[in-house]
Amino acid sequence: MLPFFEGIEGTALAQLIRTSLWLFPVIEAAHLLALCAIGGALITVDLRLLGAGLTRTAIPDLAREARPWLMAGVAAMLATGTLLFVSEAVKCYHNPFFRVKMSILPVALLFTFLVRQRVARGAQGGTSMRTRVTALVSLALWLGVAIAGRWIGFSS
Amino acid sequence: MILSFLQWLGETPWSIALHESQYVWSVVETAHVVTLALFVGTAAALDVRLLGAAMVQVPASEFTSRLLPWTRAGFAVMVLTGGLLFYATPITYYQSLFFRVKVLLLCVAAVNIWYFHGRTHRGIASWNVGGRPPRAARIAAIVSLVSWSGIVVAGRLVAYNWFACDIQPQPAFVNWASGCVVPPPSP
Repeated sequence: MLPFFEGIEGTALAQLIRTSLWLFPVIEAAHLLALCAIGGALITVDLRLLGAGLTRTAIPDLAREARPWLMAGVAAMLATGTLLFVSEAVKCYHNPFFRVKMSILPVALLFTFLVRQRVARGAQGGTSMRTRVTALVSLALWLGVAIAGRWIGFSS
Repeated sequence: MILSFLQWLGETPWSIALHESQYVWSVVETAHVVTLALFVGTAAALDVRLLGAAMVQVPASEFTSRLLPWTRAGFAVMVLTGGLLFYATPITYYQSLFFRVKVLLLCVAAVNIWYFHGRTHRGIASWNVGGRPPRAARIAAIVSLVSWSGIVVAGRLVAYNWFACDIQPQPAFVNWASGCVVPPPSP
């Protein structure tokens, strides 16, 4: 696998980001703004699934309204995250927290768009054990992604 | 005077302990960053509603009465963790250009919140449901989104020492804006 990561780091795009003084920090900042967007779209609905926050709104309605914002946040997150990764692919390869993050991230994405979405759509009757567990799993998975992401930068 | 107070603060045992600890500082920093998702995330959700860009069938008062407590809880964590980070290295932050920009933007955000809740929010009954909220509410939402985004970006850039006082020479404007104490050039 290492030669593959070395290849990525050798691309012109990676060199452009790495040699620039401003690009990496600016992309990092954009990655954080996308975190806020995901946070808003995700936590608002997870709180509702737990029976808190916007409780006078039906769960399927809130989930449907939040979905485009969540999609936009995830798209921005993946785009900026990929650019950050590309610029230091070899460092990421050796970084245990990057590996942890990349292990949880696909699970979080699949859970959000397969399980959680289905649970939210079917929750016309309000909160139940099913919606609460779904919200807790969602929050735990994304919290794991966020924490591991921050620690990538500490262990360099 | 501020500088000498912060010098004293930075030499207190707890400040040094926090600064030199390998894990505690990182845990506090992680909490500060991860809580962004709760604090700025839910604040942005209210802003989006105030702009009339989403969830217009949900009364705006639902956001200010039921979601805002969570935003406030997030803000409390931000202030607590941010305060600890400042306490760990007060001089570094005090003389950081990006930190100063962040504080200025925090003032803009604070005035905006004060004006919104003191004036605009009082008339919420007349625009609570459906359609686009009035111009004052939309302006408050835009000021909020712009100032908090700026705060996040400036906060991230504090970690970069491009304009640090101990890296000289810097342009005179940078030294003035960062409050650097620079000895006059020798003749």
